[in-house]
Amino acid sequence: MSVLVFAENFKGTVKKSAFEAVHYGHKLAAEMGTDCHAITVGSVSNVSDLGKYGASKIHQIASASTVDFDSQQFSKAIGTFAKNIGAKVIILSHSSQGKSLAGRLAIRLDAGLVTAVNQLPDVSDGFKVTKSLFSGKAISTYSMDSEVKVLSLIGNALAPEVVNAAGEVVPSDIELEASKLTVVETKTVEGTVPLPEAELVVSAGRGMKDPGNWGIIEELAETMGATTACSRPVADADWRPHHEHVGQTGVAIRPNLYIAIGISGAIQHLAGVNNSKVIVVINKDPEAPFFKAADYGVVGDLFDVVPRLNEAIKKAKAG
Amino acid sequence: MKLLVCISRTPETTAKISFTEDGKQFNSDGVQYIMNPYDEWYALVRAVEFKEQNGGEVTVIHVGESSSDIIIRKALSIGADKAVRVNANPSSSLFVAKQIANYASENPQDIIFFGKETIDYNGSEIGPMVTEMLDIPYISFASKLDKDGDAFLCERDIEGGVQALKVNAPFGISAAKGMAEQRIPNMKAIMMSKRKPLEVVEPVEVEAKVSIDQYELPAGKSGVKLIDPENMDELVQLLKDVEKVL
Ligand SMILES: Cc1cc2nc3c(=O)[nH]c(=O)nc-3n(C[C@H](O)[C@H](O)[C@H](O)COP(=O)(O)OP(=O)(O)OC[C@H]3O[C@@H](n4cnc5c(N)ncnc54)[C@H](O)[C@@H]3O)c2cc1C
Ligand SMILES: Nc1ncnc2c1ncn2[C@@H]1O[C@H](COP(=O)(O)O)[C@@H](O)[C@H]1O
Repeated sequence: MSVLVFAENFKGTVKKSAFEAVHYGHKLAAEMGTDCHAITVGSVSNVSDLGKYGASKIHQIASASTVDFDSQQFSKAIGTFAKNIGAKVIILSHSSQGKSLAGRLAIRLDAGLVTAVNQLPDVSDGFKVTKSLFSGKAISTYSMDSEVKVLSLIGNALAPEVVNAAGEVVPSDIELEASKLTVVETKTVEGTVPLPEAELVVSAGRGMKDPGNWGIIEELAETMGATTACSRPVADADWRPHHEHVGQTGVAIRPNLYIAIGISGAIQHLAGVNNSKVIVVINKDPEAPFFKAADYGVVGDLFDVVPRLNEAIKKAKAG
Repeated sequence: MKLLVCISRTPETTAKISFTEDGKQFNSDGVQYIMNPYDEWYALVRAVEFKEQNGGEVTVIHVGESSSDIIIRKALSIGADKAVRVNANPSSSLFVAKQIANYASENPQDIIFFGKETIDYNGSEIGPMVTEMLDIPYISFASKLDKDGDAFLCERDIEGGVQALKVNAPFGISAAKGMAEQRIPNMKAIMMSKRKPLEVVEPVEVEAKVSIDQYELPAGKSGVKLIDPENMDELVQLLKDVEKVL
């Protein structure tokens, strides 16, 4: 009986979401009176950091694969490993890898599955866990009765704390099967935190009038160290790249701070951002629906307000 | 080439979400249903384009009751050749996945298309489950799918970027934005869809492993605090000292 966390890495570095998952696994293991194991695939430089956040043992599967991630291949390897150590709960990040793996592992291990969980399970009476549904418009509590359970943890749901668990790193004798996929190319946006992982997000919409006006948004994002996002019509019109589109049909995010600039706050937009901890809305129309979902609102012309906000943040950072 | 597109039904995107008083059930009174946008706009349209370019047959499969026939007809009017409805309430992901895998193992497919996720339960669960049951590769959140000789070239969204991959059939793929453009069926296509076959089959049995105990609505925001647009220092101070997010 133990808790097993699949700790994702990106190009050999443990992802932020993996630290969150390990810390979640650690807390759950403590409640269940067991240990939290982590498993990684490939060579990972800062793998021992997983111990800091709660992994008592870190198992490394070596990989000489042509792909960095293949859900079919990983499901077999991690599924076998989970059976070997008798893992009762398997925890993944609710990320592109974790989402593709969660359903597969649930089938392989004949386990119950709840994806995108946002809190620690309640194990006082059975095993109950909550997640948000309807793009953040509802919350539901699930009961899991199966012997083995698979959970994927949504990003930014809990802040990993340093607990300094044993963190012993051991090579695993599990081998990856040959993958049926071959990677041709990986293109990443360098230098910025990907939207699903970002803690600070600056987002703009049609109120910007023209793609040539995005300079003030990029400046503000740079001053804050934030990632940029946009509303759907802006991405549809190719004013901004499509991976920036947030909302019900775009990326769903839950940063600590979301600043919405010149976005009206349509229900489909809110669906992707309403789990943000703090929402600031800048809009010249005091009737814009977004103000109802906001913590702080600024009624004004974004072309005046945004540069002013940028200066104020610079000043605060300098002082 | 045989292409199977899994389509689901979700409340229309602006639908007001509410539950029965005891919080046990979704309140569907007055709710309009649509085909899940990812399934319709991206998965189905790309499958139809594929058939138009390379030949083959597009089947749509849906697990649901007869009230879904209207969205199945829509899928046929967008260009699918035939439809299968597994006649059951889609009670869980596992249940739905089992029905689709069952159909696909009896009627082998080259590519099985899913949407990135359903916009109601936001699970992204069914594609991985079906492909595991069939033991075939699964390409998640693909924004591109093209034929490349005998193989297929896809691009999948990863955090902060995209990855181009090669894969051979059979495989499963989930469609994200970018894979195709939404199509509006014309009158002729709508008329023709009425003559296309819609087969209704009975489900295989599946034992549930999870159940929903309770639904709730999230606590709303307590109200917006308006800041003078001239005074951005105040906003920054609040974000820094009170909210501690800067
Ligand atoms: C099925 C479906 C799915 C959808 N999915 C999404 C989704 O995932 N994400 C999404 O974003 N949308 C989505 N939409 C679209 C959504 O309904 C809205 O149309 C869209 O969000 C509006 O974008 P916007 O706020 O940028 O533009 P608008 O609604 O045009 O709003 C622009 C805002 O800018 C303000 N403004 C203008 N000039 C200034 C100025 N100088 N200073 C300050 N403020 C200014 C205006 O007051 C206005 O409030 C979806 C729609 C459908 C039907
Ligand atoms: N009832 C259903 N019938 C057929 N396909 C479905 C059904 N529900 C979901 N799907 C497919 O599975 C995908 C992912 O759904 P989900 O796992 O619920 O996010 C959807 O985009 C559909 O392609």
